[in-house]
Amino acid sequence: MSQNYYDPKDLKDFPNITEFAPEQGHKFFEYYNQATGPGNLTEREKALIALAVATVRHCPYCIDAYTNKCLSLGVSNDEMMEAVHVGAAMTAGDVLAHATQMRKIIKKKEM
Amino acid sequence: MDPTEQLKHLAQIPGGIPFTEKVHQPIYSESIEIMQLNVGRRCNLTCKHCHVEAGPHRTELMTRQVFEKCLDVLTAHPIGTIDITGGAPEMNPHLSWFISEAAHLGRRMLVRSNLAILLEGPYQPFIDLYTQNKVEIVASLPDYRALRTDRQRGKGIFEAIIRILQQLNQKGYGQPDSHLLLHLVYNPVGAYLPGAQEALAHEYRQRLTDEHGVTFNQLFCLTNCPVGRYLEYLIRTDNYEEYMAELINAFNWSALENVMCRTTLSVGCDGKLYDCDFNQMLALSVNHGAPAHIDIFNFDQLRKRQIVVANHCYACTAGAGSSCQGTLDCASP
Repeated sequence: MSQNYYDPKDLKDFPNITEFAPEQGHKFFEYYNQATGPGNLTEREKALIALAVATVRHCPYCIDAYTNKCLSLGVSNDEMMEAVHVGAAMTAGDVLAHATQMRKIIKKKEM
Repeated sequence: MDPTEQLKHLAQIPGGIPFTEKVHQPIYSESIEIMQLNVGRRCNLTCKHCHVEAGPHRTELMTRQVFEKCLDVLTAHPIGTIDITGGAPEMNPHLSWFISEAAHLGRRMLVRSNLAILLEGPYQPFIDLYTQNKVEIVASLPDYRALRTDRQRGKGIFEAIIRILQQLNQKGYGQPDSHLLLHLVYNPVGAYLPGAQEALAHEYRQRLTDEHGVTFNQLFCLTNCPVGRYLEYLIRTDNYEEYMAELINAFNWSALENVMCRTTLSVGCDGKLYDCDFNQMLALSVNHGAPAHIDIFNFDQLRKRQIVVANHCYACTAGAGSSCQGTLDCASP
């Protein structure tokens, strides 16, 4: 058993998540490959979206995979950082937007 | 690092299966379609990833005698492509003569040039020589921006390459419907594998046209082979194990079917024969009974020879495969 919950080597085990539920697993990969492969958006654009999502979701496996994929596709460091800032801005906006609930409650409760 | 030391290091792949075990059985060449001549290790650049470890300090250059012997072999046998590499091939004093002679054979002839050298006075005439003899040019450009290209090849090199690409375009190179072919080579600037050739080619084409007015024919994506300076870089930066694991993990059987050693013979500047340029740098000459020098060239014995393999061969079989002509156009796993 690994000493940590997250082990970088576990990324290589990702294709084996079909284990114990192969049908669902294969369907997932079929969907995953279609969703992340080139379509109306390029593979490069999708890799940047995935990188932003990976950082927002705090997934170390996905950050590893998509940083490497972006490098492989010639994405520059500043382009990657810009994508991360989109994720950060969306996260901050999401938090602030929820302040609406707080503001509504304050306005209702305060004299 | 000398070849013996490199091979010793390459033998260590923690957790991985040695290449010979992975492929189960010997690999054989099928023909000699390409004769690749490494005409010298001297170069005006000292690129960080260079498997040849080329640079201005190197003295190894192909002699006129070896060039002549190659011409004899090419004249006598149906080898379709003459592929000239280095170092900077232009720094070999016999290259102009060889190109003019070899052009009479009517074969496909290509030169792997770093292009930056063509800005230097004594080497500028090569542009006309290449044009007159319809030599295909293959130029390394690891990124379509200056930052990464210069990081790998040296400060100011990106700009020099762009200037020469523009000159070559003016001569007709890389233009639609032109017979003057100009290809670019992408290789990763770091310890990762190349992305899809098609996706990178799209990006290169758009950026180079929009930002520099440069056009080209094809983009070849190459995987960096853990040999020479690139191997040293991997070890020094503690990336060796992870990189080898990535190569091994990406092993692709259909790439193995198409590896370039099956159709290429590599000639060293001293006339020794190798299965590829990487084996040349590891001093692994052709073996298993095949004649190992151009002086004793035997077409029948060499075209069906057993290839000499080691763990660096994983670089050519990873993902979509890698060769001097880019990916091997086979499905990745």
